[in-house]
Amino acid sequence: MNNRTDSLSTMEKVRKGIAKRRSAERLFRFYGLTGIVLGLVFVLILFISIIGKGYSAFQQTQIALDIEFLESVIDPDQTRDSKVISRADYNSLIRKSLSKAFPEVKGRRQIRDLNRMISTGAMFQLRDRVLEDPSVIGQSERVWLLASDDYDMLMKGHIDRNVSESERRLKDHQVAWVDQLFEQGRIKKRFNTFFFTSGDSRAPEMAGIRGALMGSMYTLFVTLVLSFPIGAATAVYLEEFAPTNKWTDLIEVNINNLAAVPSIVFGLLGLAMFINFFGLPRSAPLVGGLVLTLMTLPTIIIAGRAALKSVPPSIREAALGMGASKLQTVFHHVLPLALPGMLTGTIIGMAQALGETAPLLMIGMVAFIVDIPKGIFDSATVLPVQIYLWADSPERAFVERTSAAIMVLLAFLISMNAVAVFLRKRFERRW
Amino acid sequence: MQTPYLLFTLLILSVLAYFIGKRRSVTVVEGALRELHSLPAYYGYYTALWGLIPALFLMLVWLSFEPTWLAHQTVASLPEEIKSLPSSKLNLQLNNIKNVAAGLQVSQRVDPLIVEAAEHYNRLRKISNFALTLVVLICSLTGIWLAHKKISKDYRARNVVEKIMTGLMILASMIAIFTTVGIVASVVFESLLFFRQVPFFDFLFGLEWSPQTALRADQVGSSGAFGAVPLFAGTLLISSIALIVAVPIGLMSAIYLSEFAGSKFRNTAKPTLEILAGIPTVVYGFFAALTVAPFIRETGEQWGWVVSSESALAAGLVMGIMIIPFVSSLSDDVINAVPQSLRDAAYALGATQAETIKQVILPAALPGIVGSILLAASRAIGETMIVVMAAGLAANLTANPLEAVTTVTVQIVTLLVGDQEFDSPKTLAAFALGLMLFVVTLALNVIALHIVRKYREQYE
Repeated sequence: MNNRTDSLSTMEKVRKGIAKRRSAERLFRFYGLTGIVLGLVFVLILFISIIGKGYSAFQQTQIALDIEFLESVIDPDQTRDSKVISRADYNSLIRKSLSKAFPEVKGRRQIRDLNRMISTGAMFQLRDRVLEDPSVIGQSERVWLLASDDYDMLMKGHIDRNVSESERRLKDHQVAWVDQLFEQGRIKKRFNTFFFTSGDSRAPEMAGIRGALMGSMYTLFVTLVLSFPIGAATAVYLEEFAPTNKWTDLIEVNINNLAAVPSIVFGLLGLAMFINFFGLPRSAPLVGGLVLTLMTLPTIIIAGRAALKSVPPSIREAALGMGASKLQTVFHHVLPLALPGMLTGTIIGMAQALGETAPLLMIGMVAFIVDIPKGIFDSATVLPVQIYLWADSPERAFVERTSAAIMVLLAFLISMNAVAVFLRKRFERRW
Repeated sequence: MQTPYLLFTLLILSVLAYFIGKRRSVTVVEGALRELHSLPAYYGYYTALWGLIPALFLMLVWLSFEPTWLAHQTVASLPEEIKSLPSSKLNLQLNNIKNVAAGLQVSQRVDPLIVEAAEHYNRLRKISNFALTLVVLICSLTGIWLAHKKISKDYRARNVVEKIMTGLMILASMIAIFTTVGIVASVVFESLLFFRQVPFFDFLFGLEWSPQTALRADQVGSSGAFGAVPLFAGTLLISSIALIVAVPIGLMSAIYLSEFAGSKFRNTAKPTLEILAGIPTVVYGFFAALTVAPFIRETGEQWGWVVSSESALAAGLVMGIMIIPFVSSLSDDVINAVPQSLRDAAYALGATQAETIKQVILPAALPGIVGSILLAASRAIGETMIVVMAAGLAANLTANPLEAVTTVTVQIVTLLVGDQEFDSPKTLAAFALGLMLFVVTLALNVIALHIVRKYREQYE
């Protein structure tokens, strides 16, 4: 046998190996495809897990109560002064209405449990209702009030009824109340407007992303106002004017390295320079914007240079030939043609800045802030930091809010990138 | 006037100045525009720039020194026994004064001395603000007036404006250098303060990390050890797990996309894969902490293993997913840069596609691929949010991926978030860690970029 194989001709050897080589080829191809499919599966899992956890946060459980707006409680002196009205004890109105709805509940502990069914924020709902229309005082009205987070979780099925009572957040009698309300049609999941209109709160059912969104907007505004002009000017200088020398090289090396510096290091810079050295206010969107400007500049500069490079030299030569100065050539002819590309780069840089968290933790934008910021000097937090803060909270109800906030953030990022792609497609020119 | 309004006024002034300058240039030559050296608009720009830039510069300088001056003056007005306090306590008092001055209720009982100082502070601030408004407006108006006077028919306004514009552009491009200098300066300065209290080699080679310094001498468990080796080991462990995940997947997808895939598949798969690079890291952190870590722990428990709920594996896996696109898109570029002639030669010799890739293309692209892996590694080392949310705080020196470890970035965040005192080694340690992080990532990037560039030159 051995002799026969040795004496095979080269062609036969090749032919014999072909099957093996083909299978090796298929295997290799399979590995490649597996790599891609795995990557795509990860994208899918990520989105499914986040949407699956978060979609329920767009609805919120509310309970309808017949509230008597007693004049003796809200405005005993009949002043109708908004200050008096906003200081009234609305909780007592809620308590009264609850005890009327559940007359059979007795005992201090049971009554306390009953009162906890309604969110601590419900009093603000009533206050706003009265402030909006003071004529309601003295009358009775059915009002939908926020349920507290445990009841919300029960309604959404995140608290399992089949678990034994001792391991459940809500006891049997509390579940029975919910069932009773449900039969009367007085407990319902409704669209969660609070999530979009209120600031942060310790109570999950009251917590919203408005404050973080405004903070993100102010921060991005500062970033945009600073980074676009600076980035565009740098790109124009390096691409059109800079002489090739050591100095220019140094600038270029710096820009390339800054693009790869970990974001947290920029946070250290912001803390040491802007806050400790220049004494700018902590937690303010101004400082956040400054830090993010430094971070996004390399992205904008690199994209801007690519856009300028794609403008053909003939445009410049024609302008120069007509007697335009170098600066006129660039500003009147090259820059307008490169602008869409520069804007695309800027939008992508802004999207990066919007999703950035770590450097903002360093400069104190991580504080618990209930008020919605009103300017770039106010203490604020941003959307990604809000996500980080909520993700740390132990309440089950914060998990769905975190996921929902992530969905909002991703929606913003996707639309920003879509605009960038659209700009590129719409204004891309082949010369 | 408040700063934003002042800025707005300045802008309006300079817009007015533009029209004034433009009109002036036309009247100077009595409408005979051909006599002018530059177009009238340039005389407008010239006047506007004179009205804006010196005033803006003055404002910037003033505002950056105002807080220091205010603090100094306020301290000077305080009685001697407070002035002689050590600087940390003095700063505390100063903060109190500022809070009272801003109308924040710090506590129910406020020292009348502090209230008085706060009033003094507010008075000073008002004076400073008024002076700033006055000085800036006068500066702007003087600039406009000077420029206006200078306009004549032979005045080369265009050349001057162009020179100023070029100067501004040079200034803008220097910001990159300033940023690097700023990073190095801020990190190195605080690190030096730290190394004065903790010896450099104790930090670099110490095996124990517990940054809680004792507030009282008899406090237990707050020895304040600053040996960073457990942090380096933890960072290395998590980054290695990430690379073990990302390199095969990223590399195989890059090979498939660039060599096997049809253009239709490539055009959809590549952007989809790159979505992974655009997702904010805080989202990955949430995913790691709430989805992957519990999953790993439950799976481990079924096999009878003890898995920490903040295992290095969870953080590493998710970080690996995050850096897949870095590896794949960079490797894709590198593989595409291998000249077609090499492929053709291999096919002509009868090699299959897989053999061509394995024996010709990959060896040729190897330096570039190594570069891309190094860049991905530097990303992994500097990544913060995933590890902050999914890795632990305890500094364990272990190679077991199922245990909790901590990393350099996690420690920087935990040391600096919350209240800080800038003379304790605890806070300064964060800057020393930041210095290490900066140096290591910079070195990795420089090496990677050098390799990639060298490789590119080879085929150009």
